[in-house]
Amino acid sequence: MSNTTKTLAVAGAVAAALTASLSAPAHAQAKEKCYGVSLAGKNDCAAGPGTTCAGTSTVDYQGNAWTLVDAGTCTEIELPAMADGTEREGSLEALERDLPA
Amino acid sequence: MIVDQTTFRTALLDATAPRPEGLSDGAGAPAGRRFDVYRNNVAFSLTEALETAFPVVAKLVGAANFKLLAGAFLRQHPPRSPVMMFYGSDMPAFLAAFGPTAGIGYLPDVARLELALRESYHAADAAPVAPAEIGALAPEDLMARRVTLAPSFRLIRSRWPVHAIWRFNTEDGAPKPAMAAEDVAVFRPEYDPVPVLLPPGGGAFLEALQSGASFGGAVEAAAEATPDTDLTAILALLMSHGAITDLGDVR
Repeated sequence: MSNTTKTLAVAGAVAAALTASLSAPAHAQAKEKCYGVSLAGKNDCAAGPGTTCAGTSTVDYQGNAWTLVDAGTCTEIELPAMADGTEREGSLEALERDLPA
Repeated sequence: MIVDQTTFRTALLDATAPRPEGLSDGAGAPAGRRFDVYRNNVAFSLTEALETAFPVVAKLVGAANFKLLAGAFLRQHPPRSPVMMFYGSDMPAFLAAFGPTAGIGYLPDVARLELALRESYHAADAAPVAPAEIGALAPEDLMARRVTLAPSFRLIRSRWPVHAIWRFNTEDGAPKPAMAAEDVAVFRPEYDPVPVLLPPGGGAFLEALQSGASFGGAVEAAAEATPDTDLTAILALLMSHGAITDLGDVR
């Protein structure tokens, strides 16, 4: 593509994007922020750690035994092989080997 | 007697290490058991911090496994700052190297995405450029500009379907992930960060912009890396999420 053609293509993309972004449901619609109302178990808090007071502890799980108590959702995600044959399974079998001594 | 910090710190992170000598309570009695309580609280509260920080990683490996993983992580990577909001930045590398998780290829990228969301949340505010202002520039002018992206913008490029995996674990009824490389942008149009799957060429385009390429240079880089680059879709995303905060000067 010549420079002129390229510039024209970009101009077209900008114009089309402008139209799309104007007709898209606006984020600009005022969204009120509610603190402390997320459902229990739904991690809706984007702030992450350090924003609440942690440290009223029960037990630290410094265990030596890596036991597979529950498998999480890893096992539900099976992905087909990568072209280069690298490891790609979501299986948690790996969790059962390499146990800390 | 004064307890030196190194001994105290070593004992704090290793329950098998002897308690530091010379600790006493308010009444002057030996405070060995108090030290145990403190040690427990340090490990427990850091584990809780990591659970809050990486909810999707925790869901993927399972809650009980994550506690064990966190226990190993916090001892290898204790906080370098008293501020907890960025704790866990070493998690992606840790997951890639940690025996039990090393075989789960996508896990480090999921951790990267969760870190990016958190960084985005805490990033500075910046007023976005109005889309009309971008449209008003002459094309040749725009091509030469070096635009600035919002401080809250983050880019994650993955050879895994990292966005689909994240959605599958955060959204009820989200489709099961299928194998595909995915580029994800984190935008913060309002208060909360939003991870958005990028259209073809979006990753290369935004990476070029981030590394200081001109608009035209980024268009070229994207077209080179991805012939079916969808510039319209990419620009529409940037405009509707207020991701461009400065149009720079003409060079």
